[in-house]
Amino acid sequence: MADQARVATDPGGTVTTRPPLDLRRRPRIGEAIIQFILFACGLTSIFVTLGIVYVLGKESLLFFRDPTVSLVDFFTTTIWQPSIGKFGILPLVNATLMTSLIAMLVAIPLGLGAAIYLAEYASERARGILKPILELLAGVPTVVYGYFALTFVTPILRSVFGQDTVEIYNDLSAGIVVGILIIPIVATLSEDALSAVPTALRQAAFGLGATKFETAVHVVVPSALSGIVAAGIIAMSRAVGETMVVALAAGASPNFTFNPFKPAETMTGHIARISGGDLSYGTIDYTSIFAIGLILFVITMVLNILSRWVVQRFREVYE
Amino acid sequence: MIRADLTSSVVRSTGRLPEGAAVHKNVSARQRVGAIWQGLLFTCTMISIVILLLLLYNIANDAFGGIAVQQEVPTSEIYANRQPSDLSQEDLIGILTQRLRSRVLHNLERERPLAERTPADLIAIINAEVIKPELVAIYPLREYLFNRSEITAQLTQEFPRAEIRFKSWLSTSFITSPMASDAQGAGVRTAILGTLWMLGLTILFAFPLGIGAALYLEEYTSDRPFDVRSPVGRWLNTATDRLSTLIAINIYNLSGVPSIIYGILGLAIFVRALEPITSGQAFGQAADETANGRTIIAAALTMALLVLPVVIISAQEAIRAVPNSLRQASYGLGATRWQTIWRIVLPSAMPGILTGAILAISRAIGETAPLIVIGASTFIVTDPSGPFAKFTVLPIQIYNWTARPQGEFRAIAAAAIIVLLILLLSMNATAIILRNYLRSKRVS
Repeated sequence: MADQARVATDPGGTVTTRPPLDLRRRPRIGEAIIQFILFACGLTSIFVTLGIVYVLGKESLLFFRDPTVSLVDFFTTTIWQPSIGKFGILPLVNATLMTSLIAMLVAIPLGLGAAIYLAEYASERARGILKPILELLAGVPTVVYGYFALTFVTPILRSVFGQDTVEIYNDLSAGIVVGILIIPIVATLSEDALSAVPTALRQAAFGLGATKFETAVHVVVPSALSGIVAAGIIAMSRAVGETMVVALAAGASPNFTFNPFKPAETMTGHIARISGGDLSYGTIDYTSIFAIGLILFVITMVLNILSRWVVQRFREVYE
Repeated sequence: MIRADLTSSVVRSTGRLPEGAAVHKNVSARQRVGAIWQGLLFTCTMISIVILLLLLYNIANDAFGGIAVQQEVPTSEIYANRQPSDLSQEDLIGILTQRLRSRVLHNLERERPLAERTPADLIAIINAEVIKPELVAIYPLREYLFNRSEITAQLTQEFPRAEIRFKSWLSTSFITSPMASDAQGAGVRTAILGTLWMLGLTILFAFPLGIGAALYLEEYTSDRPFDVRSPVGRWLNTATDRLSTLIAINIYNLSGVPSIIYGILGLAIFVRALEPITSGQAFGQAADETANGRTIIAAALTMALLVLPVVIISAQEAIRAVPNSLRQASYGLGATRWQTIWRIVLPSAMPGILTGAILAISRAIGETAPLIVIGASTFIVTDPSGPFAKFTVLPIQIYNWTARPQGEFRAIAAAAIIVLLILLLSMNATAIILRNYLRSKRVS
C-alpha cells in the first residue's frame, strides 16, 4: 500500500527524493492478536491440569485437616466406613488393583495375540475387516459394558462356580469385562508397534530358516517390546480409571478382600456412588471424594509418564 | 530373547546342524508348532468378534421378549367380546357404574363428571380401575421363543389367569414418552433431548478451543514472536518455546486422565464455584430454582474439557498432513500467516479435523461417570428448556435402570442401550458422509 501511494504522488514522472525503503517486517496488529488468541487456546490445557491439581489438592487438604482423619491411618488401615469415621483407603485401592490385575490377565494375552495375528499373519483384506471390528469394540460406551457384566458375565460365572461361591456383585466379573474393554487398546497400540518393525529384520530371520511364528516371537516382538510394554501400561491406566463397569458389577461395599468372588468397591466406584446421592458441600463425604480422586490421579499420572518413559528409553531405532 | 534361547536350550545349541532325516523332523516339528500358534493367535482375534456378538445378543435378548400379564377381570368379560372403541359413551359409563364401588365412583364424579369425559378417558379409567392389568413375569427373547411350553406350564400353575404375549420394550412410545416411575410407562424422551443439548454445547465449547490450540501448536510453535535483538525478547522467545513444549506434553498426559477426575473438576469448578453462571442466575434466566448449578451447561463444559485432548490431537494430525507446498505457495502470493491458515490450511485439513470430531462426539455421547459426579438428575419428566435446565442423559438412565434389581427395568435398560447405540452410529455415519463430501469437493 505504502509503495503504491509513494509512486502515485510522484508528479509527472520526475524523480523526487524518496524516504529510504523500509524492508523490515511491518508489525501486523491483527495477526499478533490472532496469534495471542490461539496461544491462549493452547494454554487452556495447562489451566485444566492446574485446575485439576488445585481442586484435588485444596479439598484433599480440607479432608486431611479434619480431626477424624489421620494421614497415617488413611494409608495403612483397612476399614473405609465414613459413617463411623473410619477412613482407610486400602480396601478401595486393593479392589482397584484386583480388578485391574484381572483385566490385564484377560487383555494382555488376547490383545497381544490379536496384535501379532493382525501384524504378522493377516492378509491385507482380513486386516481391513478385523481392525474396524476391534475399533468398534472400543467405541461401545462403558455403561453398556457395565450392563453386559451384570446381566451376562455374572450369571455365567455364578452357574460355573456355583451360586453360593459367587455373589451377585463380584470383582471377577467386573475385572473380566474391564479386560474386554481394554483389549482394543492393547491390540491397536501393540499392532502399531509391531508394524513399525522394518521388514528387513523379518526377511533376515526367514533367510536363516526361521518359521513365521519363530520370526514373530523371537525377532519382531522383542524389537517392538518398548511399544508393547507402553501399550500395556496405558491399558493398565485405563483399567484403574474405569468407572461404570465396576460401579455396576463390583458392588457397593468397601471390603478388604482378596477373594474375586466377593463384592468389593473400587476407588472410582466409590466416588461414583458417593457423589450419586445428595452430596452437601463441605461435608467429610464431599472432601473424601477429592482425596480418593487425588490418589487416583497420581496413580494414572505415574502410569502415563512411565509409558512415555519406556517408549523413549527402550525404543529400538532403525534406519 | 534370542540369546537366552541359544544358551538355555541345550537341544538347539549342540554346535552341529541336524542332518539327513533329522532335518525333516526338525523342520516339520517347528512348522507344526507354528501352525498351532497361528491357530491360537487367530482365536485371540476372533474372541473379540465373538464378544461383540455376545454383547449384541445379550442386549437384544433383554430388549425383546415375552411378558405375562394378569388381569383382575378379563377384558373379554367386561366388553363382551366387542372392541372398546365401538362402545358408546353410555355403555362405558354403564360398565363403570356396574363394576366400581360407589365411593370410587363418587370420587371420579367429583373430579370431573363421567358424562363429560371422552370415551378414550373412560376406557383408560376402566383399564386402570376395573381390569387392573398386572405384570407378573417377564421372559427374555430366548426363553420366550424356545422354552414356550415350559414357561406356559409354569405360569398356569402360578398365575392361572395370566396371558403371555410378545413385548418389544423398544417402541415408539418408549422413545417419545418421558421418564416414569414404572417400567412399562417409562421412556427416554427427556434423556435423548438432554444428550442432544449437551452434545451441541460440548461441540460449541470444545471445537473452537481445540482447533485453536492445534493451530497454535502446529503453525506457530517454530515462531519467535518477540524481538530477537534484545535480551528480553530472546528470553521471552525461549519462554514461549518451552511453554509450547509443555503444552504438547501436557495434552498427551491429559488424554490419559480418567474421566471421573474431570467429573470431580466439573463438580468443584462449574457446579460449585461458578454456580451463579451455570445456573443462569447471573443472566437472570434461571430455568430451575433447584438446579444448583447441576445444569446442562455445567455438564457440557465438563465434557468439553474431557474431549479437548482428543480434539486437539486429531486436529494436530490433520493440520500436519497438509502439504507444506500449499503454505509456501500462499506465502509466495503475499498472503499473511492468518490468511494462509484460514483460506488454505484449515479447508484442506477439515476432513481430518472432522474425523477427530467423530471420535470426540463418540466419546462424549457414552460418558457416564463424570455426569454422575457433577450430579445429573436421574428422575426428570420435563423436557430440558435451555442450557440452564436440569437434565438427564441416556447413559445415566441406562446406569440407573441397570442398577435396579427388577427384570423389567433391565429390559428397558437394554432398550435404552439400543437407542444409544443407534444414536452413536447415526452420528458417526453423518460425520463420515460429511467428511467424504468435503474430501470430494476439494481439488487435489
